[in-house]
Amino acid sequence: MSEKGVAQFWRKIKAIYTIQGDHCTTCDTYYFPPRVVCPKCRRKGQLEKYTFKGLGEIHTFAIVRQAPDTFKRQIPYIVAQVELDEGARLTAQIVNCDIEDVHIGMRVRSCFRRITQYGESGIIVYGYKFEPTMRVTGHE
Amino acid sequence: MGKRVAIIGVGMSKFGELWDKSLAEISLEAGMYAIFDAQVKGKDIDGLIIGNMSAGRFTGQEHLGAQAVDWGGLGDLPAYSVEAACASGGAAVRQAYMAIQSGEHEVMLVLGTEKMSDVNQSMAMDTISVASDWEWEGMFGATFPALYAFMARRHMMEYGTTEEQLSMVTVKNHKNAAHNPWAQFQKPVPLEIVMNSGLLADPIRVLHSSPISDGAAGLVMCSAERAKEFSDTPVYIESSKQASDTLALHDRADICTMSAVVSSSRNALKEAGLAIKDIDVFELHDSFTISEIILTEDIGIVKKGEGGKAVEEGLTEIDGKFPVNASGGLKARGHPIGATGVAQIVELALQLRGDAEKRQVDGVEKAMSVNIGGTGATSIVHVLGR
Repeated sequence: MSEKGVAQFWRKIKAIYTIQGDHCTTCDTYYFPPRVVCPKCRRKGQLEKYTFKGLGEIHTFAIVRQAPDTFKRQIPYIVAQVELDEGARLTAQIVNCDIEDVHIGMRVRSCFRRITQYGESGIIVYGYKFEPTMRVTGHE
Repeated sequence: MGKRVAIIGVGMSKFGELWDKSLAEISLEAGMYAIFDAQVKGKDIDGLIIGNMSAGRFTGQEHLGAQAVDWGGLGDLPAYSVEAACASGGAAVRQAYMAIQSGEHEVMLVLGTEKMSDVNQSMAMDTISVASDWEWEGMFGATFPALYAFMARRHMMEYGTTEEQLSMVTVKNHKNAAHNPWAQFQKPVPLEIVMNSGLLADPIRVLHSSPISDGAAGLVMCSAERAKEFSDTPVYIESSKQASDTLALHDRADICTMSAVVSSSRNALKEAGLAIKDIDVFELHDSFTISEIILTEDIGIVKKGEGGKAVEEGLTEIDGKFPVNASGGLKARGHPIGATGVAQIVELALQLRGDAEKRQVDGVEKAMSVNIGGTGATSIVHVLGR
């Protein structure tokens, strides 16, 4: 999709800059992307904002080799479903990792990156990507 | 239960890259063929439903219902547009089924249409990805093929499904499409060509993916009691069921199963009073070959994890025990998104009538279509009978 306007990205900044989702205190489920209603508890649900630790492992992945213009300069790139340690799963690019090395079960941590840019003078979207954890940073 | 519903006419435009024709022209073509086939007159029709995913993005035109009535010279006929991503066509069929069952409409023209080649490939890829959860999948770089690659890779790990099996679905469907005059690709393709075709999103290759297509399909549907007024060869909708699942693939506990397909197909069989072994021919939504494999499992042709083996062993060939996609499927017939669900029903009606020529399956009494939207967030199942 092409650029939709500033507000569409601006209103999600907390979520995509800090991986802020929700925790339902009724059923103890963590949600990312954020929800307005707990889909399990509905009216009985109690959602509280929750910032994820940003650690998890790769549930599945693909190496993207054909992409629309907004991602063309990044190909080939790894995109994956990351299962966060709290239980929610999200879709993100994996960086700082050779495409030969990525595998299901790989431990990853979030990092802050430029996601894409809509043309020469368009919006630049920043947010989360993930990279392999490293011993030196204490993230295993 | 309301009235029984019949399909009395079918029509198709050619599927492919139809540079010389507009969206309205291909819709009109399919509708006119369906009307001629049904031997109804314009004045017999009391409503029109058109399934389409994204004409607004692909061509710049919305309000397709009114446009179809206008181009067809159908006067002030009420017209409805229906959208459910790749299941828009199936949704149109189901809406007509319910409208006729209720008695509100008696004879309806049902169209499915999409014109994808009027935009460049980048725009087409962008538009296709709005069928997924764009804000949380597409925006982060997960193209539509990448989402199916997610399923494929997981399926390979959990069940040992191979790239060769993913490729055999292509070989089978191209072989079938060679006998389908409307198909986009009417040529067989050897396994090694499929296995060496370019990668879209590993492990999914170009020839594991349905193409970008233009095309339209049409049906005339009416109540069973009026069917014989018009047609000697009506076929009947035994059941029509629909189910939903999470919009985003990452919200599903198990991405190797489409639970909306499991429930809608079970419910459809139950209402028709049939078991899976009673179905003689299937049209399953193979937007990517992994989805045909997953669907053969989810509707119960084989157990979970054995879909790859099923195609390898020839179970789903035209002369196999459970023929799948005798038409060539989305892979080879083409996948003009909104047209697909209607085209599936066209194929099954022809199979039931014995009119499928060289791709005819022997002795078809019952048939099933599965049309899914996005990565399985919508599933629409129809069971047809003679």
